[in-house]
Amino acid sequence: MSSIRMICAISAVALVAAGCASTKLEEKPAPVVEQSKPPPPPPPAPAPPPVAKVEAPPPPPIDPLNDPNSILAKRSVYFDFDKSLIKSDYQPLIEAHGRYLVEHATRQVRIEGNCDERGGREYNLALAQRRADAVRERMELVGVVATRIETISFGKEKPKALGHDEAAWAENRRADIVYR
Amino acid sequence: MPKTCARPTLFNSLVLLVALAAAAASGPSPAQMTVEITGVGSQQYPIAVASFKTEGSPQQDVAAIVRADLTRSGQFRMVDAGEAAVAEDERVDLTQWRSRGADTLVVGSVAQLADGHFDVRFRLYDNVKNTQLDGLAFVAPAGELRLTAHRIADRIYEKLTGDKGVFATRIAYVVEFSRTAYELQIADADGANSQTALRSREPIISPTWSPDGTLLAYVSFETHKPVVYVHTLATGTRRAVANFKGSNSAPAFSPDGKTMAVVLTKDGNSELYLIGIDGSNTRRLTVNDAIDTEPFFSADGAWIYFTSDRGGSPQIYRMPAAGGDAQRMTFNGDYNISPRVSPDGRMLSYVARRNDLFQIEVLDIGLGQELTVTDTVKDESPSFAPNGRLLLYATEVAGRGILALASTDGRARARITGPSGDIREPAWGPYLK
Repeated sequence: MSSIRMICAISAVALVAAGCASTKLEEKPAPVVEQSKPPPPPPPAPAPPPVAKVEAPPPPPIDPLNDPNSILAKRSVYFDFDKSLIKSDYQPLIEAHGRYLVEHATRQVRIEGNCDERGGREYNLALAQRRADAVRERMELVGVVATRIETISFGKEKPKALGHDEAAWAENRRADIVYR
Repeated sequence: MPKTCARPTLFNSLVLLVALAAAAASGPSPAQMTVEITGVGSQQYPIAVASFKTEGSPQQDVAAIVRADLTRSGQFRMVDAGEAAVAEDERVDLTQWRSRGADTLVVGSVAQLADGHFDVRFRLYDNVKNTQLDGLAFVAPAGELRLTAHRIADRIYEKLTGDKGVFATRIAYVVEFSRTAYELQIADADGANSQTALRSREPIISPTWSPDGTLLAYVSFETHKPVVYVHTLATGTRRAVANFKGSNSAPAFSPDGKTMAVVLTKDGNSELYLIGIDGSNTRRLTVNDAIDTEPFFSADGAWIYFTSDRGGSPQIYRMPAAGGDAQRMTFNGDYNISPRVSPDGRMLSYVARRNDLFQIEVLDIGLGQELTVTDTVKDESPSFAPNGRLLLYATEVAGRGILALASTDGRARARITGPSGDIREPAWGPYLK
């Protein structure tokens, strides 16, 4: 590439040099334009052609899952201590995910239940499973086929919040909706 | 293949041993009522274990291991034997040992043989009756000196208490070193001689031994969901035997070792199933909307004990292993979980939550009497020793997960702390063959 560019640059210099070396032509008188009649009025300016608006390229179809402003951006459902009852605050969220799954027939989802650190490991695993199942049942109500949902439990084994206070416990009493 | 490797000794100290003696009001346990040797009124057998006479360079202090074993059981009181070693074949003045307060005396010798093995001999004397109670010689490779010491302690324990000793058994447990470093370890019953069976970045819970001690089943989250594995300890090979849709957990071997009870959620909520240890022939045992989990077979195979909240709060139930109606076993409090049955089928141990404290209970199934046997308050996962006298469990002290021992009569207690990590999920293995 660079050798070709070099060659181009050299030819350009050669042309300029040739121009400088050209012979000066004999000068001719400027042609005289006779003005007998007033010039015809200029034709009315044509109406400007309609300006085609260049639209912003159409956005790729937005998957509402990726829209940070969509309710679908929320994927966690929180629970009270020792409870697996879906609180009314979380029903719209779960139903929105359920409708999304109905509309996107190829998507699969996993719901992961979690517990706070208090209590036995296996019993907490079962409690957190029940939380995940409660979310699944709500999705099924909106028409999602059960085979597209897997509910599993992490029990108290994978806490998101590491503290040992009510704030940490509340954060860990949770079911997460995970698209696959 | 999991990584298998030896680690340095995990538990290097017995942090605390609390042996509650005469203060207990409810009378001696059957084992401690074997007063033939110790004499009236004593809850503990006063015993002297003299240093063993050594030739060659044994890597282990056999007498010290024997002393630690007997002390840990809570059933012996060590009488200071002084520094002097007493050889197995030495003539000893038992009257003099009795006058020092020892009703029994252990002496012994450890001699290295030409081939590097060790000849280990011991004698157990009754200083009161002025007789020898036991005497035995072992030939052990250097690597089995610890095991030999545990076997000697087992013989002494059995001679004096009438129960089989459990010092030459092994335990399994999980150590969490960090949120991405978990190990399933196997160790001697005193926590020493630990080896890592499985190392994982994800949690491991609920290890349990096959009846012959060759297999461990456990729940691993290595595939980001709970899956039940069966692990052959001798080879390190392992296979997922319950990996169904949903969660797979809480394995328990049947007494014949051919079947496991597990908890699966593939058909709905947490339900009990039987499954072959090769993952074949799944059969559902419970059908209801409640949580059913933590199955545990009675040693005779007749019953499956389990945790269920079918009555509104988690309680212990049992059902015939062949199928049939469940029967509720616990009635105190609103949170009783993690059932384990003693090898003789008479005692049920579990974790109770009372006033936000989690403690280990022992229920006499026949009498219906319940006893809190621990003084710790974040207890989990009780596990009976094969002789039914001690419970090993996990608890938390000063923010760290540790193992602890409690005698089933609630008198003797010990805590075992490791050098690092949170230790949990202990399971006491069977007698070694």
